[in-house]
Amino acid sequence: MKKIISQLMLVCLAGAAVTAEAHRSWMLPYETIKAGESGWVTFDLASSNDIFQIDHGPGRAEGLTVLTPEGKTEEAQNIFTGKLRTSFDVNLLQQGTYKIFLASGGLSARWEDAEGKRASWPARGEKANPADFATAVPKDAKNLQVTQGSRRVETFVTLGKPSVQALAPTNVGLELVPITHPNDLAISEPAEFKFLMDGKPAVGVKVTVIAGGTRYRNAAEELELATDKNGIVKIQWKAMGAYWLGASYKDEKAQKPAKIRSGSYSATFEVLAE
Amino acid sequence: MFIKGMFTKSVFKKVMLVSCLVASPVLSAASLNIAVEVPKLTVAEYHAPYVAIWLESTAEGDKKTTKTLAVWYDTNMKNNGGQKWLKDLRQWWRRDGRDLQLPIDGVSGATKLSGVHNLNFTLGQAPLTELPKGDCVLFVEMSREVGGREVVKVPFSWPVKAATTHSQTGSTEVGAITLVLNP
Repeated sequence: MKKIISQLMLVCLAGAAVTAEAHRSWMLPYETIKAGESGWVTFDLASSNDIFQIDHGPGRAEGLTVLTPEGKTEEAQNIFTGKLRTSFDVNLLQQGTYKIFLASGGLSARWEDAEGKRASWPARGEKANPADFATAVPKDAKNLQVTQGSRRVETFVTLGKPSVQALAPTNVGLELVPITHPNDLAISEPAEFKFLMDGKPAVGVKVTVIAGGTRYRNAAEELELATDKNGIVKIQWKAMGAYWLGASYKDEKAQKPAKIRSGSYSATFEVLAE
Repeated sequence: MFIKGMFTKSVFKKVMLVSCLVASPVLSAASLNIAVEVPKLTVAEYHAPYVAIWLESTAEGDKKTTKTLAVWYDTNMKNNGGQKWLKDLRQWWRRDGRDLQLPIDGVSGATKLSGVHNLNFTLGQAPLTELPKGDCVLFVEMSREVGGREVVKVPFSWPVKAATTHSQTGSTEVGAITLVLNP
């Protein structure tokens, strides 16, 4: 009996783990390095289990931002959202590196009411206004969990020589700061990235790196890493190609009324020849 | 006669000296002669390759220098459109190409037909303004539309006491490369 229970537990845990990691969000550029005076790049934005496989759901284009090499924002062009993906184009007109991203975040609360029913705030699809917290969440809420969350999905493309101005952190949420430039990745050279949580080095960030095309492999062959005491992670690429990087972080250094601070991050990179 | 003879001799000496002074920089001017073969390929769709030829040096206290000697690309397109594919010369693009403003006189030029192309560079004259002493590598990279890409390296030491020849041959996209170093 004890054995059955422990086996059941194991199955449940495995199930939970799969659910937590399912349907990764990604933004894939079909080229990351361009030369010449200008150039168009096309992108897909979607979520799926298999990396870069368009078979589950489109990414929401609301808030999609293109940051130019000068650090100015512009809008993506030809945005199309279908059943399984969102696609868009960016016309690179300036020399240097562009960052294309979706970033969101805010307060959220979960609790049980007097009858033990689960409740949450804000309502699904709405953004919380911190000023409403006191009225939206009952004073006697049981098992109250208040989280300051952040989410970022991004990628990088470069016309000409890579530049760094667009890569400056906003110091809000979980962010990647390049040590190795994300558009200068080569198969023979390990890459180093630094993670920041609200602008400070994030220690122990869980980082998962997966090469695209998992559909055609028997195993995802993911690389499971963690950032060191300086918030740095080092990645040794296995082959040329497009890679997905996912990172998550959680601590209890949130500002009141939140107790938990959490961040999720994903980026796409292209690793090319030396 | 004696005096005349002395005079003549001294004039002769002076002339010799002057001509040596004038001639010596030419005679001793170090140079690199590079023969690059663009191979003839029997493929259904052939486009002349984009080619980059450059030098890298690790000499002078690990100071790495990179010098592009030649880059051949489609220079006939409107609005420098042919520069779009320079990044396909992947290794050169990372090492030097993306830092350059093309076209560059005496360096950039149109793509070449298959065959052997001879290039001569005199030390001290652009683009071979300097060549640090020590270990150097000559790189030849070729990349072809609807074709492949290959990089051939020719390592050598500089300077040399006598004319020295180094050769390498690519296996797919690059033909025979011959480098002659003249002291």
